[in-house]
Amino acid sequence: MRTHPTPMTSPFAPTFARCDDATPAECPVLPADRLSVAWAALEAVPDPEIPVVSIRDLGILRDVVLADDGQTVEAIITPTYSGCPAMSQIEEDVGRALEAAGLSPWRVRTVLAPAWTTDWITEAGRASLRAFGIAPPGQCASQAPRVGNVRPLRFVPRQPRAPAMAPPDVPPVACPRCGSVHTQELSRFASTACKALYRCLDCREPFDYFKPY
Amino acid sequence: MTQTNVADGIALARLPLAQTAPLQYVLRLADNALILGQRNAEWCGHGPVLEEDIALANISLDLIGQARLLYSHAGALEGRLTGRVRHEDDYAYWRSEPEFRNWTLQELPHHGPLAGTARADRDYAVTIMRNFLYSALMAELWPALELSTDTDLAAIAAKSAKEVRYHLHHAADWVVRLGDGTDASHARMQRALDHLLPYMNECFAVDTVEQEVAAQGVGVLTSSLREAWETTVAGTLDDATLQRPAPSAFVSTGKHGVHSEHMSYLLAELQGLARAHPGAQW
Repeated sequence: MRTHPTPMTSPFAPTFARCDDATPAECPVLPADRLSVAWAALEAVPDPEIPVVSIRDLGILRDVVLADDGQTVEAIITPTYSGCPAMSQIEEDVGRALEAAGLSPWRVRTVLAPAWTTDWITEAGRASLRAFGIAPPGQCASQAPRVGNVRPLRFVPRQPRAPAMAPPDVPPVACPRCGSVHTQELSRFASTACKALYRCLDCREPFDYFKPY
Repeated sequence: MTQTNVADGIALARLPLAQTAPLQYVLRLADNALILGQRNAEWCGHGPVLEEDIALANISLDLIGQARLLYSHAGALEGRLTGRVRHEDDYAYWRSEPEFRNWTLQELPHHGPLAGTARADRDYAVTIMRNFLYSALMAELWPALELSTDTDLAAIAAKSAKEVRYHLHHAADWVVRLGDGTDASHARMQRALDHLLPYMNECFAVDTVEQEVAAQGVGVLTSSLREAWETTVAGTLDDATLQRPAPSAFVSTGKHGVHSEHMSYLLAELQGLARAHPGAQW
């Protein structure tokens, strides 16, 4: 992966302590195992807002590397939305998981580029979202082919004119409960910034849709 | 304002524009995002319907998130000039009114031209029209800034470009729904447009800071995006059956630190808590 050219220190100013100055004797994990143990520890870290999905499956955890000193485990994470309020919680959770796995010294680094996209959500993550009642995101609008005739509810003039702004290419969103693609967007913003509110026109249930981003 | 800030301000003012323009430019972008984020957040708990209350809070969250990233980056840029890195909170909570460089458009109350300086009644038409006019411009500006030679700014722009697309769709939908709605909603949208459109002149007014960052490849001349912006705006206003007012020669001056009478009230609310409890952690 491409990391940020000039690593920014975390813009979200983590306030937890770091184990930068631990001696090797205090680090019980063998040096050769540090990365695999770290990956295993971080696999289990859930997203604080959607706890059925791990931060790895959401694509928030970008990489785990050894820093130049060959010792410090560095977890690289990226924010979903600029203002995602879960980010500092995620940094803390990652730090706690590394600490609990005996991986001091470690640090958490936040990168902004390349910008997070819902296309990074894994198949396992998508299945978990669906099972939780959240329709997983389609491909990002710029890449998605137009499929079907299901459109989000968009307010258009009563006298039809040439569309001023081409409506976004939106593939049908399947209801996570009954699977019907006979669905309708109610609001572009839902319980969190990353989701939109939909309703199923067949089973009549409202549901969250993880927006392609 | 602390003694340190004053000293740094004087030191910065003595530097040539070529060195300080990128910092000034990033602060303008950051202030635009923060001040509009603060204004839209005034609807939290007061939205006309629940979905809109949530939508505006989410849009504010994006804007304040963008502001935080931009302020953090500005702090690093300023550190390179003065040797003292400033924190995002230093910019948001500890600068005085003339140090804020947002477009005047962002700070206006959610009300027509005769609003009082303190809290007035809120008109959702003004909220929607401002979000539309600003988002339609930023939907051009952020993608252009993805090519900035400042790689940190380019990274922030790439995230913001994704966010503003949703903001624009949201606002444009409502411009059409209300503009082409009832006689009452149409009249209010038309009044909001007549009131706000002249403030867009400031966004397109070229000044030395913009010229310098454009020459360096750090920023872009907003005036170069005007045609694309006009196309979006004209199409949506047409759908909404709204008429553009005659062009105005008025140019507001927020980006030069000369603000409307509403700005100090906004800042009082924004900064009051941090200033009452300096250094507080939560």
